[in-house]
Amino acid sequence: MWGILRRSAVDGGGFSASSLRRTRFALVSARSYAAGSKEMTVRDALNSAIDEEMSADPKVFVMGEEVGQYQGAYKITKGLLEKYGPERVYDTPITEAGFTGIGVGAAYAGLKPVVEFMTFNFSMQAIDHIINSAAKSNYMSAGQINVPIVFRGPNGAAAGVGAQHSQCYAAWYASVPGLKVLAPYSAEDARGLLKAAIRDPDPVVFLENELLYGESFPISEEALDSSFCLPIGKAKIEREGKDVTITTFSKMVGFVLKAAEKLAEEGISAEVINLRSIRPLDRATINASVRKTSRLVTVEEGFPQHGVCAEICASVVEESFSYLDAPVERIAGADVPMPYAANLERLALPQVEDIVRAAKRACYRSK
Amino acid sequence: LTPKKETFQTKSENGVITTLSPIHHRFTSLPPPLRFDRPNPDHNRNGRPFHRPPMRRSLTLRGDLIPGDPLLLPRMEIAANSLYKSKLIRGFCHLYDGQEALAVGMEAGITKEDAIITSYRDHCTFLGRGGELVDAFSELMGRMRGCSNGKGGSMHFYKKDASFYGGHGIVGAQIPLGCGLAFAQKYSKEENVSFVLYGDGAANQGQLFEALNIAALWDLPAILVCENNHYGMGTATWRPAKSPAYFKRGDYVPGLKVDGMDVLAVKQACKFAKEHALKNGPIFLLIGKTQTPNKTIVIIMDTYRYHGHSMSDPGSTYRTRDEVSGVRQVRDPIERVRKLLLSHDIATEKELKDIEKEVRKEVDDAVAQAKESPVPEPSELFTNMYVKDCGVESFGADRKELKVTLA
Repeated sequence: MWGILRRSAVDGGGFSASSLRRTRFALVSARSYAAGSKEMTVRDALNSAIDEEMSADPKVFVMGEEVGQYQGAYKITKGLLEKYGPERVYDTPITEAGFTGIGVGAAYAGLKPVVEFMTFNFSMQAIDHIINSAAKSNYMSAGQINVPIVFRGPNGAAAGVGAQHSQCYAAWYASVPGLKVLAPYSAEDARGLLKAAIRDPDPVVFLENELLYGESFPISEEALDSSFCLPIGKAKIEREGKDVTITTFSKMVGFVLKAAEKLAEEGISAEVINLRSIRPLDRATINASVRKTSRLVTVEEGFPQHGVCAEICASVVEESFSYLDAPVERIAGADVPMPYAANLERLALPQVEDIVRAAKRACYRSK
Repeated sequence: LTPKKETFQTKSENGVITTLSPIHHRFTSLPPPLRFDRPNPDHNRNGRPFHRPPMRRSLTLRGDLIPGDPLLLPRMEIAANSLYKSKLIRGFCHLYDGQEALAVGMEAGITKEDAIITSYRDHCTFLGRGGELVDAFSELMGRMRGCSNGKGGSMHFYKKDASFYGGHGIVGAQIPLGCGLAFAQKYSKEENVSFVLYGDGAANQGQLFEALNIAALWDLPAILVCENNHYGMGTATWRPAKSPAYFKRGDYVPGLKVDGMDVLAVKQACKFAKEHALKNGPIFLLIGKTQTPNKTIVIIMDTYRYHGHSMSDPGSTYRTRDEVSGVRQVRDPIERVRKLLLSHDIATEKELKDIEKEVRKEVDDAVAQAKESPVPEPSELFTNMYVKDCGVESFGADRKELKVTLA
């Protein structure tokens, strides 16, 4: 087991492209033949989404550090400056408060900015503008001033970047009424949700994950179409099951799918829900699934106290109490700032074995 | 070219100080000083000074000859004062009386397509942009008739159709937002500018410099207007600021200092700034460098507020009553306009008194109407959260009791 873990960590976060492909193909071939063998990295998915939305609507523009000449700190905005010119792609100084405020002001006036934070850790410098200037404006002005802006960038832990560069902000932003918070996992999620976010007339916080950028996922013809959009506020059932519901989002979806495989070997059929949308939270799908399986394990990468998992547990206990056969389980990041040492970092983040153990606990298979 | 060291500054007969930005120190020959108490030869179309308009009685006093409605604004603020004391207005209430010349003069110098964004001291700016008295009082009293349906309050007045973007409670937040408005105007190739109003208290905020840097870099048609009423809440300007010469903080962005108690000076300054911000005024002809001429400009308006920072501040713990009444006697903007009108025979005492009575009645009627208007329905708690609700759920305090699906 430790051998598997070590390999997983070395592969960059708990899964590798090859093991993922195995999982994905298993699902895909069980469902249909015509899924196509096209694959796309999350990076290309995001790039194509921004490209298509910029070409469709001249009011969409991109702003952030290194998005233009540098081609993007993580190459998400590669080629956009060459294609659309400096009037649509703006390199900003390293002044988050200033350029975020300018983006929100431009959105007040009707433009559609896509503001990139190099990581969401730096969004804390601009959080007053995200919350007080963007999220609350439509409400405070009784509908006069809406803010069609997207704040995007990598969120959560990367590999070995330390405490100040590893925090997950899903819970912070998702607690604010007036914001929409999305967290894609696969390339299809990335394309569909980002296109929906850019078209949305409300402020959207789009939480990507650095370690997912290079991962390839199969993608359908439908998802490659330029009008493809995913609905905001709907979760996706990645794997159907009947014994225990496991909810999660972003990079952890890959971990949970691996855990589901392991559980299947032991005779536990896990239903995996990829939240996709943290706010609005798809309570209907989660509760329907729990009413089917009677057990819940929630997984996230961020800090445990007052997290996304806490909200899901509360929601399920409130709405589906009589259906539960076991206490709800939470697997989250450790309640510590992210350490640097590789072995400590591994202990600070959820691993596949933690998810398996929690699922077994929920099924009364272990103590 | 030999650099000069002293600041170039002139003072006119009626006390208007004009100062050019430090960047001009680099040149030996300087232009004649810009004055804002009367039009510069370039700005004056027919050689007559501005404050001597044609003597045509057919023009109405309110609106035509008196730019904006300066008599209305202080009366509105005083009415708000009494409403707050009788607890019909709750929370925060920041009053603007003493600073009316700014709101009125600015409106007179610009159009409704030019954007304005300001702080929480926004009642008079809202009225200047064409807001109705009834809407303002209703909003202050939390009624549905209010300009934000009672959901904003004193600090959150907006009027998007007149390009007034609020109304912001966080000190200094409106500065990058306003530069964003200017960005949008440039992006959409509109020939308009954005006036970004902030106070001397906000002048020390980091986001001001961040936004100013970007505005100067990207050549945004933004005019940053510091309403220097000499007190950031209760703190006099010399206490929080190492350098209280706020207009000099622009570095590459030129700064002008204007007497903000003189409505005509304000009007001229705003007109000048707008032209400069759009087409590069005379200041930049001097630079003689080949860099892209900068459109952004900073204006410091020297003004004064008679009330405290807000209704919970008596305004007398950090300044003397003599100071307040002294300013009122010597620099009151309304008095100045009144004297001008009387001395140039544009209006008689009786006409002015009639206007005052008219204004008083208007304000009283508006207050009465606002008092009668209904409070928002409980369902309004959940409206305007999103433009596109997509079936989002929202909850009241007891989520099992009050749960709403936003349509």
